[in-house]
Amino acid sequence: MTLESMMIVAAIMFCIGLYGSLARRNVLVVLMSLELMFNGVNLTLVALAKYVVPVGIEDNIAAVLTGQVFAVFIITVAAAEVALGLGIVFAMYRNTESVDLANATELRN
Amino acid sequence: MVSEASIWAILLLPLAAFVVIGLVVRPFLNRYAWVSGILLIIALAAALALSVLTLDAVIRSGEPHFEGRQWLDVGGAVIELALLIDPLTAIMLVVVTGVSLMVQIYSLGYMRGDPSYARYFAYMALFTASMLGLVLSANIIVLYAFWELVGVSSYLLIGFWHERPAAAAAAKKAFLITRIGDVGFLIAILYLFLQGDRFAAAGLNPFHIPDIWQAAQPLAAGGAVLGGVGLTWLTLGIFSGAMGKSGQFPLHSWLPDAMEGPTPVSALIHAATMVAAGIFLVARFYPVFQAAQHALTVVALVGGFTALFAATMGLVMNDIKRVMAYSTVSQLGYMMAALGLGAFPAAIFHLVTHASFKALLFMVAGNVNHATGTFNMRYMGGLWRRMPLTYALVLIGGLSLVGIIPFAGFWSKDEILSAAWSDGWHGGGPAALWAGKLTLVFLLTGVLLTAFYTFRMIYMTFHGEFRGGAEQERADLAAEGQPNTGHLGEVHLAESPIFMWFPMVLLGVAAVFSGYLLNPQWVEEFGIPKHWITEFLIEGLKSTPLAGVVHLEVPAFNRWMAAVSTVIALAGIGLASVLYLRRSAASKDPLEAIKPVHALLSRKYFVDELYEDVIVRRSFYNGMVRAVDWVDRVVVDGVVDAIGLVSRNLGPNFLSRFQTGEVQAYGVALTLGSLLILLGFLVF
Amino acid sequence: MLFQDIVFWVLSVLAIGASLGVVLVKDLFRAALLLVVVFIAVAGFFVLLSAEFLAVVQVLIYAGAIAILIIFAIMLTRDVQHGNLPNRFQIPAATLAAVLLAVLVAVAVDTKWDLLAGQAQSRAQAVQTSAVRTLESPGDLAGLERAGFATEDERTAAQEAGLADLLIGDFVLPFEVVSLLLLAAVIGALALVRPR
Repeated sequence: MTLESMMIVAAIMFCIGLYGSLARRNVLVVLMSLELMFNGVNLTLVALAKYVVPVGIEDNIAAVLTGQVFAVFIITVAAAEVALGLGIVFAMYRNTESVDLANATELRN
Repeated sequence: MVSEASIWAILLLPLAAFVVIGLVVRPFLNRYAWVSGILLIIALAAALALSVLTLDAVIRSGEPHFEGRQWLDVGGAVIELALLIDPLTAIMLVVVTGVSLMVQIYSLGYMRGDPSYARYFAYMALFTASMLGLVLSANIIVLYAFWELVGVSSYLLIGFWHERPAAAAAAKKAFLITRIGDVGFLIAILYLFLQGDRFAAAGLNPFHIPDIWQAAQPLAAGGAVLGGVGLTWLTLGIFSGAMGKSGQFPLHSWLPDAMEGPTPVSALIHAATMVAAGIFLVARFYPVFQAAQHALTVVALVGGFTALFAATMGLVMNDIKRVMAYSTVSQLGYMMAALGLGAFPAAIFHLVTHASFKALLFMVAGNVNHATGTFNMRYMGGLWRRMPLTYALVLIGGLSLVGIIPFAGFWSKDEILSAAWSDGWHGGGPAALWAGKLTLVFLLTGVLLTAFYTFRMIYMTFHGEFRGGAEQERADLAAEGQPNTGHLGEVHLAESPIFMWFPMVLLGVAAVFSGYLLNPQWVEEFGIPKHWITEFLIEGLKSTPLAGVVHLEVPAFNRWMAAVSTVIALAGIGLASVLYLRRSAASKDPLEAIKPVHALLSRKYFVDELYEDVIVRRSFYNGMVRAVDWVDRVVVDGVVDAIGLVSRNLGPNFLSRFQTGEVQAYGVALTLGSLLILLGFLVF
Repeated sequence: MLFQDIVFWVLSVLAIGASLGVVLVKDLFRAALLLVVVFIAVAGFFVLLSAEFLAVVQVLIYAGAIAILIIFAIMLTRDVQHGNLPNRFQIPAATLAAVLLAVLVAVAVDTKWDLLAGQAQSRAQAVQTSAVRTLESPGDLAGLERAGFATEDERTAAQEAGLADLLIGDFVLPFEVVSLLLLAAVIGALALVRPR
């Protein structure tokens, strides 16, 4: 287990999430893919925090926690994103009886 | 010696009065507006005292020199706030503060009851301060700033009764026409700026006036920076500014219209001081002009022609102030001609005497208006019985204007005529000589006309039967179905209050005695040396760098010229007496008999029509404006239309295809873009 | 080390396989369950990376709250069994994802990371694992001393280093902004689903 291997796993998760969010019609699958991407990023941040010398370590040993703080923020933002995303999905489903993104093209032209 | 502070005080006292009146009295104490007049009078009295002290110091101990204070440093050109105290400045200081003081005292009575009393005195203070700054400044940029400030305050004062359309239009006209002249002045300053390197090479500052004098002198005098055609155009540029301010042909047409302002304003600004600023400007740059003979010839011819041209129009005017206005233009022409003919001291001498008698005459017009409620001489007449003091004063002023011995105007005008007669002109070729003779003819004819219109004015106003004043005019206007423009007052035939006649008496005394006493022709009088003002001014010009360069001699009294001009003047008076003295009230103006000439003159040679119709409407509107309009419609609008056309067609036909509305299409594009940026970042 | 490597490989296979399943499985409900597997695998990674607090948070928030919300939403929609259909961007999306993956792997491998040296890493691990635990007992101090904190001052600093300190210390401004974001999200979600 090295930094590189950790980051490669995270990158694979991120890219699977990217593919899913771009190539799937169902808006719920897109939301789930976004969660995958978030997790990939989080993984990268925590791995970097463990292995790489952080800025300011000379002054404060707590600098090794910076990456984890970032991950905390991302988890928070992800929670907010899911709450709003599901709200939008409900609004969309209520209006069109569909969760298919290919049909949601009111902003065309 | 005078201290520098006291000279600054001359400038700052009226300025302080302006600030106090404008920022304190008018906004907060408008109920006590009379305070503003008192304030200004006190400030001016102090300034006059300091000016007299300065003049005395200059006479006794020569020109004081003060170090300038640096104001701006622009691209190697240093602009200084500096004082230039030479005899010319010293004399002008006394004239400006003196006449201004008299006029303010007069205004106390004349403007009483005006709702904008404080505003009037604020403007007057601003004007006086700017005029003093103009006279004092040793830097041409600062001089130009004050020059324009004078123009602004003149605009404000002409349009003082801005609720009258005629006053507003006159103010606008005065401002615009003087601006035309100022463009030339500005170009001259820009030319000096462009010559900055050459000035610097000679160790001179291109904006410092004594340095400009020196730069125009030959190499031997440490100059030769300016010369040739450039010098001629520089002087003509300065002269064009002077033409605008001093109402010289063809920029004269604003001055008669400027009489829409209050009469004391006309007395101070449009007779005694501001219009004399043009004369002052040429005199200020006289050492430069002297190096440019062609420019001097132009100055002489323009001045001489204006002297005659304006006098002809004065012959037929019925508005007493307009007669004065044309008379002023004509007298300024005399001064300008004197400058052009090389008689620089004579011009300033005439400026001083003219300031006293013309301010007096304008105050007489104000008195007459106070009594009759109108300025139209056709509704006056017979006033000498009711207003004997005013009548005496108008005779003094009139005789002085005409140039009858021993009144002030005689001495100064005689000096101008002698200069035109003698070859007081140095280095001019035959063309210049002929121009000089032509100018003399103009000036002598002008004397005849001056005598005629002056006495026509006196006879129409003060002799014969009283013809009803404003009441009659109002009735006539109503009978002709013309609107009453609201400028007519009430009739109460009586002398004016003491505030009004007291300064007039003082000016009357000056109009009698100043001519001889300032410039005793034969022997020393009362401690005043022979040819005092002439020698004083010439000495001033011969300041160190110019010593040996300026050629001016003190002209001897020319008996023959005096006799000839007196005879001509008397002939004019006689002609006026024959035609107007015994005229009955009902008869027409005898000059109307010569119909075409009368029409031509009373329409002012159609100059206004020429300007407005031919120049503004035909050439400006139809020529330039049409061309600009074409450019605007075809080029500017074309570009705008083309941009609109492109974007209007680009959108629906091309760009909108990419707007599918599918979120993931945008996502793909976004990812692709980010990836490209990332790759680019990694590769390069 | 061997044990950790085995766990890592197991977790990696689990996480990647479950991620693929989330994206590719036709049945939405199964996709959601696979997402929970991914979350738990990531929590395992966090434990491996000595971020115990985050592992707990991951399980609570992701596997607990978010996954349940998504499953709840899935159950409200129709066509759950055949809900996961591809759209017309399948090929470009796959290409882009592959290229991006290549770039990311290349960067991760190619970069010269400024890695913590052995001693420093054990210190970092001590701080990271103890980030949410108060270190007061003598045994903890001994643990710190074993991790390489030789002096008293260093041990005090290590004791005081915690996530909470960072959150309300150096990162107080982002922390407040995030709280505002959460408030906005609450209001926005309410506004979106409000019946009209």
